[in-house]
Amino acid sequence: MRIVLNGKAREVREARLDALLEELGYAGAKVATAVNGDFIARNLRERTRLNDGDRVEVIAPMQGG
Amino acid sequence: MRTFYGVELNNRLLLGTAQYPSPAILAEAVRAAGVEVVTVSLRRESAEQRDGQAFWRLIRELGVRVLPNTAGCHTVKEAVTTAQMAREVFDTPWIKLEVIGEDDSLQPDLFGLVEGAAILTAEGFQVFPYTTEDLVAAGRLLDAGCEVLMPWGAPIGSGLGLNNLYGLRSLRAHFPDVPLVVDAGIGLPSHAAAAMELGYDAVLLNTAVAKAGDPAAMAAAFAQAVAAGRKAFAADPMEPRDMAAPSTPVLGKAFLG
Repeated sequence: MRIVLNGKAREVREARLDALLEELGYAGAKVATAVNGDFIARNLRERTRLNDGDRVEVIAPMQGG
Repeated sequence: MRTFYGVELNNRLLLGTAQYPSPAILAEAVRAAGVEVVTVSLRRESAEQRDGQAFWRLIRELGVRVLPNTAGCHTVKEAVTTAQMAREVFDTPWIKLEVIGEDDSLQPDLFGLVEGAAILTAEGFQVFPYTTEDLVAAGRLLDAGCEVLMPWGAPIGSGLGLNNLYGLRSLRAHFPDVPLVVDAGIGLPSHAAAAMELGYDAVLLNTAVAKAGDPAAMAAAFAQAVAAGRKAFAADPMEPRDMAAPSTPVLGKAFLG
């Protein structure tokens, strides 16, 4: 399946959001997720199935003013 | 006592965490100023580099309260989604709501700000809106559920200080019970002291410290200026007057002419 991860097209295996994060190497990381512009809370990740072409954002803390 | 959603701050300097020469210098500045609240943000995380994880560890070590922002958001939808993600990542209902309306001045889009503040308040957020000194917008933000307002001093990163003293003074006078924070545009400790002397409750700044030659020393200077300005306001300053008034008593002066 082809998704857009943080703005870059990418081929992935897992279609469930929680499994996808594991696959991509985010296991244990403090991150928040959005799919197609909508926030997906941590406890909803395992119920969220991705489709071809979905835009997935994985974001984390950063410096800010 | 005006509080920030029930939180009392001893140190009324709020500090941004961006643009420091290094994470170590950021930590040094936070400690030197003794700040209790820092602003933070969110960005895309690379699974390989995990920069965000390292930054989060640093903030946790500092033991400060965080105020996440929605910096860079130009639409209500973007800002609301960013706020929702920030609440989960940082585990706080606090959000510094920025909806940017104009790119040269980074002036807030006050219409979007009011709309976003209403949505987020309804979702249980405690919103710190980055606004202007506009009185009508301030009223609408309070109607939307904001309990703190953060008017700009000058455009973000400009270091120009307090561009509209009249506007800031009238905002203070119109909303005597609302905690007000001057956010953005501060360049020097004297600007921060001036904001506090107007009766503002806190000052939030970033660039003036991060881009100083010695950020830790500048952070300490700002903390002193904020404390001095606050103390001066509480001490009820004299009214200025146009004519001189001798401070040394004239009575009993020797006649030497």
